[in-house]
Amino acid sequence: MKKIKTIVLSLVAMVVTVVPFSVSQAQDMEQFIPALVYRTGPYAAGGSGFFGGFEDYMALLNLRDGGINGVKLVWEECETAYNSDRGVECYERLKNQGEHGATVVHPLSTGITYRLIERATADKIPLISMGYGRTDATNGKVFPWVFPLITNYWSQNTAKIKYIGMQEGGMDALKGKKIANLHHESSYGKETVPVLDVQAAKYGFEVKHYPVAHPGLDQKAAWLDIARRYKPDWVILRGWGVMNPTALKEAARVGFAADKIVGVWWSGAEEDVIPAGKAAVGYVAAGFHPSGSGFPVVEAMLDIVHGAGQGNISPQRVGTIYYNRGLVAGIVTTEAIRTAQGKFGTKVLSGEEMRWGLENLSISAERIDELGAAGLMAPLTITCADHEGGGPVKFSRWDGSQWVEVTDWIETDKSIVDPMIMDSSMAYAAEKGIEPRSGMSMGSDCG
Amino acid sequence: MDLVDFLFFVEVLVGGLLSGIMYSLVALGLVLIFKASSIFNFAQGALVLFGALTFVLLTEVAGDFWMWTGWLAIVLAGAAALIMALQKLNVDGSAVKQFSDKYLPRMPIFIAAFVVIVLALFIDGGQNMWRAVFVTMLLFLMLTTAVQSPKWAIGVLLGLAVIALITDGAVTYRAFAVTLAVVIGLAMAIERIVLRPMVNQEPIILFMATIGLNYVIEGVAQGVWDADVHALDIGIPDIPFDFYGVYFSQFDLFAGLIAAALVTALAIFFQKTRVGRALRAVADDHQAALSVGIPLKNIWAVVWAAAGIVALVAGLMWGSKLGVQFSISLLAFKALPVIIIGGFTSIPGAIIGGLIVGATEKLFEVFVGIPFLGGGTENWTPYMLGMFFLMFRPQGLFGEKIIERV
Amino acid sequence: MFYREVGQYKSSYPADQAIFPLSNDRIGVMIILLIAFIWPPLSGSQYLMGPILTQLLVFGLAALGLNLLTGYAGQVSLGTGGFMAVGAFGCYNLVLRLPEIPIVIDFILAGLMAAAVGVLFGIPSLRIKGFYLAVATLASQFFLLWIFDHVGWFTNYDPAGVASAPTQTFFGALTGEGRALEFLAPIDVIVSGPNATPETKYVLTLAVVVVLALLAKNLVRGMTGRAWMAIRDFDIAAEIIGIRPLRTKLLAFAISSFYCGVAGALYVFTYVGNADTEAFDLIRSFTILFMIIIGGLGSVMGSFLGAAFIVLLPPFLNIVASNLGEGTLSGAALANLELIVYGGTIVFFLAVEPLGFARMWQIVKEKLRQWPFPY
Repeated sequence: MKKIKTIVLSLVAMVVTVVPFSVSQAQDMEQFIPALVYRTGPYAAGGSGFFGGFEDYMALLNLRDGGINGVKLVWEECETAYNSDRGVECYERLKNQGEHGATVVHPLSTGITYRLIERATADKIPLISMGYGRTDATNGKVFPWVFPLITNYWSQNTAKIKYIGMQEGGMDALKGKKIANLHHESSYGKETVPVLDVQAAKYGFEVKHYPVAHPGLDQKAAWLDIARRYKPDWVILRGWGVMNPTALKEAARVGFAADKIVGVWWSGAEEDVIPAGKAAVGYVAAGFHPSGSGFPVVEAMLDIVHGAGQGNISPQRVGTIYYNRGLVAGIVTTEAIRTAQGKFGTKVLSGEEMRWGLENLSISAERIDELGAAGLMAPLTITCADHEGGGPVKFSRWDGSQWVEVTDWIETDKSIVDPMIMDSSMAYAAEKGIEPRSGMSMGSDCG
Repeated sequence: MDLVDFLFFVEVLVGGLLSGIMYSLVALGLVLIFKASSIFNFAQGALVLFGALTFVLLTEVAGDFWMWTGWLAIVLAGAAALIMALQKLNVDGSAVKQFSDKYLPRMPIFIAAFVVIVLALFIDGGQNMWRAVFVTMLLFLMLTTAVQSPKWAIGVLLGLAVIALITDGAVTYRAFAVTLAVVIGLAMAIERIVLRPMVNQEPIILFMATIGLNYVIEGVAQGVWDADVHALDIGIPDIPFDFYGVYFSQFDLFAGLIAAALVTALAIFFQKTRVGRALRAVADDHQAALSVGIPLKNIWAVVWAAAGIVALVAGLMWGSKLGVQFSISLLAFKALPVIIIGGFTSIPGAIIGGLIVGATEKLFEVFVGIPFLGGGTENWTPYMLGMFFLMFRPQGLFGEKIIERV
Repeated sequence: MFYREVGQYKSSYPADQAIFPLSNDRIGVMIILLIAFIWPPLSGSQYLMGPILTQLLVFGLAALGLNLLTGYAGQVSLGTGGFMAVGAFGCYNLVLRLPEIPIVIDFILAGLMAAAVGVLFGIPSLRIKGFYLAVATLASQFFLLWIFDHVGWFTNYDPAGVASAPTQTFFGALTGEGRALEFLAPIDVIVSGPNATPETKYVLTLAVVVVLALLAKNLVRGMTGRAWMAIRDFDIAAEIIGIRPLRTKLLAFAISSFYCGVAGALYVFTYVGNADTEAFDLIRSFTILFMIIIGGLGSVMGSFLGAAFIVLLPPFLNIVASNLGEGTLSGAALANLELIVYGGTIVFFLAVEPLGFARMWQIVKEKLRQWPFPY
């Protein structure tokens, strides 16, 4: 009998599996945004923090303003566990929900971004990979549907070298210096290897790449080699998750000074440095936004959203780096919706209309002030050829309890990045047989 | 080779040996369970995570958690007393006999369900209340159903109540005591609920079951506590000190000492105590041990409890090294090559295996991997080494020789 | 009542030795195949064809490969992901560098490459057994992925190490203008890359999988399969009755890796469209081992049932959780609940029926034979 019960049970399970495929009907005037979140697994801190801020901002707009011009923002979470296959599944499941399907998708994983580029292009859904993803997708002529907004990996890397140059006393002083690039061995980690090589040739410094396998626990050998044999002047940390505190601790263990380590923004959250304790004091990380809960918009979110008990994250984490990153993503996304509504009228937007909104997005300093986010993000202008907006980068130092900004916005070096993006994206276009959209050079409108 | 090179070599070697010890801490738990019950317990990594997370959260939680724990523990201790009273009454011919024969074994579950339903429906205690429910219920159910000793349940729960309500100041000790109880409770619950009903299954099925368990424990650990990253400071500074030109990590040395202490304790336990002797008998031959009257089930419970303790120690060490976070559960993968080299059934093997793995992977990476192969070799060298090792010694260094006859 | 075998007499050896000796099975399989080929493309649902069915077929094929090795020949392997990666990157390079070759031949060649690698890593199986072997095969898993990560040639020097499936037609570039097979151009379709329709990709995957599954079914009931099973059940006894362990075990590794390699190639070309090594990591190997244990060791159909279970369970739980949990539970709680239920279900099925779904299916058949009159 027991077995029969089991069989019946399993059959029921199978049948029920098929039922949810039917997609529920969406109501009027709801702009649907899927949330490909990860709240479990080795990288949970990033996923829960980012979407905490993102969802809180949308909730704020809904509660305070009744949505965007009356169009409510709705979202549904799908757990990817930072796994690319599940990301694809989530995307395919959620892309048709809402009146006109998904508005935009934030994959929040370089791996998932790569999986989705061709799919989103075919489905005409804008893919926003803010501060991650495929760098050469910045060329909107070849990748009309992909938006590595604000700053892509390569631009960020040029800012990092500029920062190092500033510390050394000018870019000329970089000649003969040595930099170690300690990177996560994944599509995310490898992305900056080519740009570093180009920069090394240009400025005359030497760079050596140290890959670290997932999840990033094995670094002792790399750090011994760095500190004892290679003896670089600077280390660029391109880690993710547990790799970051491990790197800082191993650095301390071999006696490498933390203030000579510069991290990428996925290595520069509170979650990355707190576990390293004292070893992290002095460590500097890049960011396209600072942390802190003193911004009016963050206070409003604490007040209105968390006050109403509708927060999507524990209140202690409000204002952390990941949270603010999600908030910035929320601002950019909703401002693009606003822009598109200005052109197409107040209604539920389709993916194509949303792309227009993104390609004509311009967030001025005044607008940022208006949103209560002054200092949280730099002004941003997206065009149809430049899907990045060339946002500048700020550097912050960890003082043991919080991130302290040590630089103002540092402009990225377009003269290095643009030709590389052009080469790389054109090679992609040739390989895939894509005809780039018409127009002149990058930065100009392609009509 | 000049002196600087030599010192560098020594530093890499020592660093490798010391990291290897850290792997051994995880591997020890695997060996313990494999030795006693031939189960390859993949969930050990998750147990390590669970132990570390429980400890670090217990040092961080707000006071209302302890209040809830204390009162719930008192209520459940009362329930356990009730069960004990019913058992006493349960003599032949008594009026309650029929009732208790039927319902007494299930009593704890009824009580637990009742308490949970009441709390869920009538009291809005928030997350900390549910954490307290988890902690107290685990111990209550474990001791009343699996161990079937309400007496113990009363004792442990009252102890928990005292710890929770009275000892306010000693945060670390309080957390450690409770964590120890919870981890042992969980380990024994796994053995009792999941693996004992599956006894005599194929080893591969049991292995797969522990992988399933791995997911469950990861979910429970992250669900009851959280998935954030926590710093854990056990008071050992992680700074290098200079020893004639070679840098040693104080923390790693301390970890080595802990491992040595653990192995010594286990050795004494196995060699000098009654339970240890029984354990060795069980490890040799289950059926023979049963036939001479060794209570197999109790032995397994003891072994799992020991594995739980080892997991907690490993969790604390790794947690303070890396921060307490999910990735700790992936350490099981570093422990696998350790035990194939050391042998699945040998406790000293786990230590020696760890030393070999640590030293090899670091030396190979520094002197071959980084200069010639582009680095990142550390995750396959131990397995490659293990594979070649096994070609010549299929049972590992110290494993029991596999003898097969037709 | 529904599954009667009475009255089906076999009057010749070929009839008795057919793959499906019972007409019920024969007809049933045909109906299922017919539905599988027709219904999803007609439904037009990309979600059904892509992440659900194609994924199921790809991993079902990999599971079948592992089942040949573990279920039939008794050699436990945790290197499946590595062998899939060989097939995937092998096929990618074949299509990229030799676009003339028809895609099906590419799949076969990719499978053969994986088979060669499989034989290499199968050599230790001659001395190592059981768990020791399982852990030793992890060496192949880690080592192969490391190679693909570090030798840029395999991913055509992509900066992020991602191999992205090029556009390829069914018959390859030879159908181009002025080429040898130009006359085939009208019936040629694009099967990979961004311009291939989900329908084509699904049907191609299904066709490849069906052919390989039938081959496997044939293989395991012949000489090879029997030799494998003899080795699995008692290797020393098998050696005594004249089965050569070296040859048999390595053949099992070769054929198993062939299947995994083809599955890897399908993963890149007809399922996701691109892949980096992350797609074939250790978790992948474990999941595929899960599939065959849950589905049933030593069963072709069980491989696919297990794959269905493992592939469909997470999205199913996710959908149920997000529908049930709206407003009552936080996202984190749901995600963790999902993990707990996933692991719990696996443990539950292992405890109740360690022989897997294949065995359950047999029990169902026995019941159906008599139903509704059990005695």
